[in-house]
Amino acid sequence: MGKRVAICAVAQTTYERDKWHQRFQGMALEVLESLLNRTGLDFSEKNGIGMAISVSDDIFDARTISDNAMTDVLGAHLRCEEKVAQEGAQAVYYGLAAIMSGHTDLVLIIGHCKESQGKSRNMVTHLAFDPFYTRPVGLDFCAAAGLQAQAYAEKSGISDEHLADVVVRARCNAANNPFTPEIKPVSKEEVLKSPMLADPIRLLHAYPVSDGAVGMILASEERAKEITKNPVWIKGVGNCMDSFFLGDRDLASNFALKKAARRAYDRAGIKDPRSAFDVIEISDQYAYQHPMWIEGLGICDDGDGAKWLDSGGPDKFKVNPSGGMLAGNPLILSGLVRSAEAVLQLTGEAGKRQVKDARTALAQGVMGPAGQFHTVIILERD
Amino acid sequence: MKKNRNVGIIGVGQTVYSSHREEVNQPEMIHEAVSAALKQAGLTIDDIDCIVHGNMELFEMVHQPDLWHTLGTGAYGKETLRVTTGGTTGATLVCAADHLVASGLHDIVLAVGFEKLQEGHTTGGITNMADPLWGRQLQTGALTGMTAADLIEEFGEERAKKASMKYRIIMDKHAMKNDKAHRRLGLEFDQADDLAVNSPALVGELRMIHMCSQSDGACAMIFASEEKAKKLCKQPAWIKDHITVHREELFCIFGGVPYLTTHKYAAQKLYERNGIKDPRKEIDLFEMYDPSSWWGLDWLREFLLLENDEHIKMVENGDITIDGSFPVNPSGGVIASNPIGATAMIRVAEAALQIMGKAGDHQVNKPVNQAMASGFGGTMWTVLLLLTKEVPW
Repeated sequence: MGKRVAICAVAQTTYERDKWHQRFQGMALEVLESLLNRTGLDFSEKNGIGMAISVSDDIFDARTISDNAMTDVLGAHLRCEEKVAQEGAQAVYYGLAAIMSGHTDLVLIIGHCKESQGKSRNMVTHLAFDPFYTRPVGLDFCAAAGLQAQAYAEKSGISDEHLADVVVRARCNAANNPFTPEIKPVSKEEVLKSPMLADPIRLLHAYPVSDGAVGMILASEERAKEITKNPVWIKGVGNCMDSFFLGDRDLASNFALKKAARRAYDRAGIKDPRSAFDVIEISDQYAYQHPMWIEGLGICDDGDGAKWLDSGGPDKFKVNPSGGMLAGNPLILSGLVRSAEAVLQLTGEAGKRQVKDARTALAQGVMGPAGQFHTVIILERD
Repeated sequence: MKKNRNVGIIGVGQTVYSSHREEVNQPEMIHEAVSAALKQAGLTIDDIDCIVHGNMELFEMVHQPDLWHTLGTGAYGKETLRVTTGGTTGATLVCAADHLVASGLHDIVLAVGFEKLQEGHTTGGITNMADPLWGRQLQTGALTGMTAADLIEEFGEERAKKASMKYRIIMDKHAMKNDKAHRRLGLEFDQADDLAVNSPALVGELRMIHMCSQSDGACAMIFASEEKAKKLCKQPAWIKDHITVHREELFCIFGGVPYLTTHKYAAQKLYERNGIKDPRKEIDLFEMYDPSSWWGLDWLREFLLLENDEHIKMVENGDITIDGSFPVNPSGGVIASNPIGATAMIRVAEAALQIMGKAGDHQVNKPVNQAMASGFGGTMWTVLLLLTKEVPW
């Protein structure tokens, strides 16, 4: 990649079941104020933030142009503000491009989502399906994930026990994460007995419903050095879109994630992903995705997900010390939250979940039915 | 603003714009625009590195529609980005594609904007953008009579109404030359007085005839790095600069408070950055996002930094016609065709076609060395772009 671009500061709200006391602007303001306090930046014309990118979704927010309400929070009065309406990590990709292009040198990113506002998030994701063939069947992202989980479990020998272990570990890690205060540890038995959502996905296998916001500041190398002593460099990005109809895809193949990861590795100059990262933060919306995405990232061999779990892979490779998506953030923000968590690890600010001496990290985000779209970001500190 | 590398527009594809495209679904309609753009650029989908997609999803009620639309955009196996900024979406898509190519991350990027307004309720959709507590009861979609009232107050009823209607009929005459345009009514100037009275009133003096259409349609554009653009295209349209200016959501509804519009602010900054002293002389053509003939008339003053009644005179004298000294919207503009997620992109695409000399029957009859295009959306947001015939940097 060309010009070096750094993440200079990150901020998050807590992720909670229902932040009834805050509108989404309020959550975003919390993030903005934290970022400005930490970096000393402002929106002045000469030296201030040149571009703001919001991440949100019109349907989750039930508002046309959901960033319309964000302009003043993002300091975008008579300034540039744009909205990424895709997986949150894509805002990092876009901000990176805007800085590398030379158009701006400081980018503010703030994403928000209130999953609590809808009666069911499945009603939102149901609308991602085409109205002719797949919507009438009643598909939503959870049902589609069920189909993928079946295909993957068969291919890689994943059992209900494996999935329970993944959930127990995620919730145990979440206890060290101050941003997931409502996530309580569970026993394996509780997971094994939790109600079925979409066979083999159980209630406790699914990421919790939550409200929250997350943000970060991206800067060119020159500006980054003014702002922080601990810049985290964006070494590689890559994403990939798979085909739409589930029947057109091999659901257990990890087609999109493999390509996304390959692109990010190539841009970062990584040959062997297994030895490349000190921390890995993946968007495991459902428990089966934890080993599956690890296969897709090439951290273990194709089809070896169960073996990788059995041999203590999650702890060995330091996957999701934050608890991951299973411990809770809204759908569209996950890749951005994973990136923020990776930055905290690399700057040594991860508190009780800190991985010692972490220098390189990978963050991954996913969107669409059964992982149709994946995005991967590779980060490194000096 | 000098970029890491130059970016050229090498292909444009548009569907026809129409009130009803019942014979195609969303991805099929997008596919028409994508195929046309690839054909013009002489490329296949395999040559594209990344696809940028955008619209306003509440109009059709499809969540993250780029997923389904992969069938029409050709994004399978490719890198993608989805950005949406309301009415400005199409122009933002161009800015995004420009960043992605200029950054060096991608060599060839295809951007596609679309809307199928027939499948939703446009005014309901736009009203839904207002704050549910503070603004929604007052919002009337994109329909507002404020600008008409302001112009009538400033320039007198007769002159303001006449100028607005003349602007409208000029746009229709332009649309008659553009076979993609949605509303091609064949209006004549001697109908002006009749239309001013008999066209149904929407809000105050904003009448149906003044207002833009609700259209179905898609527009696709292909962007390439300088090296590739020069190889692939005889005359690319180069992106010299662009600026995005938003403003806060709530503003004074009681009128009479002077404020700096985002259009004027964007124009001032863009001209300053690019050393433009006399925009009407240095810019050869302007594709403006004109949602109604009142706004189009009023915004000429904002964008061109004009004083007093110069903008009214430009219309009265016919300067803005396709053969005039400063052609505005030879395509017919937004009043003629308005598939919202594509609309702002169509402005840039039409400006690019004029530079490339590929605008067909509505090609202006003079050299176009520098063209400007604007996007409008949200609560008075602006994206303003400058395109050139010569490699800019």
